[in-house]
Amino acid sequence: MDETLKQGHGVWKKKLSEHEKKHPPIHKHFSTISNMDVPLICTPEELEGFDYFRDLGFPGEFPFTRGVHTNMYRGKLWTMRQFSGFGTAEDTNKRYRILLESGQQGLSVAFDMPTLMGFDSDSPQAKGEVGRCGVAIDTLLDMETLFDGISLGDITTSMTINGPAPVLLAMYIVAAEKKGVKPECIRGTLQNDILKEYIAQKEWLFPPKPSMKLFVDTLEYCTENYPNWNIVSISGYHIREAGATAVQELAFTLADGIAYVQAGIERGLNVDAFAQRLSFFWDVHNDFFEEIAKLRAARRMWAHIMRDRFKAKDPKSWMLRTHAQTAGVSLTAQQPLNNISRTTIQALAAVLGGTNSLHTNSMDETLSLPTEQAVKVALRTQQILAEESGVANVMDPLGGSYFVEWLTNKVEKEAYEYIHKIDEMGGMLLAIEKGYPQSEIANAAYRYQKQLETKEKIIVGVNKYQEEEKTRPIDVLYIDKTFEDRQKVRIEKIKKSRDMIKVKATLSELKKTCEGTQNTMPAILECVRAYCTKQEVCDVMKSIFGTYRDPGSY
Amino acid sequence: MVSIEKEKGKEKIRVLIAKPGLDGHDRGAKIIARALRDAGFEVIYTGIHQTPEMIIKTAIQEDVHVVGLSILSGAHNALVPEVIDGLKKAGNEDVLFLVGGIIPDEDIVSLKKNGVHMVFTPGASLEGVIDYIKKNAKPHTS
Repeated sequence: MDETLKQGHGVWKKKLSEHEKKHPPIHKHFSTISNMDVPLICTPEELEGFDYFRDLGFPGEFPFTRGVHTNMYRGKLWTMRQFSGFGTAEDTNKRYRILLESGQQGLSVAFDMPTLMGFDSDSPQAKGEVGRCGVAIDTLLDMETLFDGISLGDITTSMTINGPAPVLLAMYIVAAEKKGVKPECIRGTLQNDILKEYIAQKEWLFPPKPSMKLFVDTLEYCTENYPNWNIVSISGYHIREAGATAVQELAFTLADGIAYVQAGIERGLNVDAFAQRLSFFWDVHNDFFEEIAKLRAARRMWAHIMRDRFKAKDPKSWMLRTHAQTAGVSLTAQQPLNNISRTTIQALAAVLGGTNSLHTNSMDETLSLPTEQAVKVALRTQQILAEESGVANVMDPLGGSYFVEWLTNKVEKEAYEYIHKIDEMGGMLLAIEKGYPQSEIANAAYRYQKQLETKEKIIVGVNKYQEEEKTRPIDVLYIDKTFEDRQKVRIEKIKKSRDMIKVKATLSELKKTCEGTQNTMPAILECVRAYCTKQEVCDVMKSIFGTYRDPGSY
Repeated sequence: MVSIEKEKGKEKIRVLIAKPGLDGHDRGAKIIARALRDAGFEVIYTGIHQTPEMIIKTAIQEDVHVVGLSILSGAHNALVPEVIDGLKKAGNEDVLFLVGGIIPDEDIVSLKKNGVHMVFTPGASLEGVIDYIKKNAKPHTS
């Protein structure tokens, strides 16, 4: 450390304490939204030992702190991918066509609650939920309708589905096949991240162990047959939305990734054969620098994990490629237009953090599913960032900032502490069974809520600058209540017109496969081709694998 | 804080926090459960994926004074009245019914017509929920 600098810093600190006698800080603590204390200023002193090549390197090179692509956004802008779906497949198909015409480059399917939970629209459990939070997909026919008139060989599709992921994947594959799309041209991402369901999102069908078996089945099947399909989107998003801190989101997500890679290797797969088909998904919250630090640290950590822990040889296997979404939980029902500003700040952080794909939330999403106008503003926000702001011209522009590098190091160090703890517990599956990540998240969520109550943390329009709002300042989407009936007619029709002998034969073949140790994907594909419903397939699997109940701790 | 036990004549107020339907968004439900426990109430939390029948059964078994239903999936109109009707049919007339979640204004009106006493929407404070229960929960008449 430069002596002059050290001396200068010392002198300045004295000045500071004098100054603060007259102008005391307005808060007792200055911390990130995750409650991490931050210094007033960072200098080379805080970055002692910083090594450019070890810590940053060049873009597209280990450890990828500065980004995974050599010329980053100059070569390819991030993919603007808005998550959407509601009602029946026909309703959503119309929305998809509008989005593609507005310049969106990929689709991202939101399924309704019954689909996410493996129930058909005519099931008693689906009552009141059909088509509400997403689109209802019961059979292959719905999947075909969903992409009617859309060339599946030319776009990438992301599907947010986890519990019944193998079934929906099979439907997508068959729908694409029927359009004549070649296996190598089937591109997109299946969320398929079952571990985070137990940790945060709670959309599971089976107990953790058989769920992991099904995960590895999809991993193995796609590695062999669909080389350009991303098998999993290892998601911090839902962990964060459930109340985790940025560090917890980072740590638990990477620990999930470690569990998946380990399971693939244990199945006998070569790590380099599938590592490139793992993708990630982060939440981007309000705390600007913390989010940028998290995204940078994530890439650096994953590069080390893949190279040093799993001995992957191909540099592409070391790269963490990621989607990001602005934080749904940060949106407020109060003064909803303010959400446009929040989303803009978050989207900027995602871009400065080097995301490869981005969803920006619409201003009205705490009130209902978004209106077309609100979705358009959200998409335009990304286009303004990309085309007007100039931020896409330069790679990792905050690299080398004393503060951002300090924060990146700190977030990384604390995340490794969690990962070591989880390793000591025997890995993520066992940690989940102990309820460890779940209780860490619940504690953080409760602490934040308390901080809001005491106004230690502020949400504009909610606990400060509130206004009486007599009428809602924006329109909301009104969901047509006929969905449920319309979808029930569709499913009834298909049940009458299909070949029941084939349905029974394929389901019984699937049952046999589930009882054994074989890969279940080929049998699931046959069920889907025979127009078995999603619930018929899931129920067969439940009969062998069992179900799982929320422990209900809080 | 005023003792909840004293207020209701030695009887501690029992609150059931339940999540009906398929919705797994339990952050709010868990925070409310914890805050009510910390405020001195006896809290029973059902966990997620509860059918109306399961909730009714638990409410009767635990002899609760308050039922709080948390829903963020939009299925409130289908599920909430079922719980209320079931409990009323079972003779639990004096239970305080609360709903928390993303509920459009229009639906708040119809839920209240159906017997919901109060709906807490995003931004509601923990203190507000606690005070409301303290003021409105009735001791059992028996």
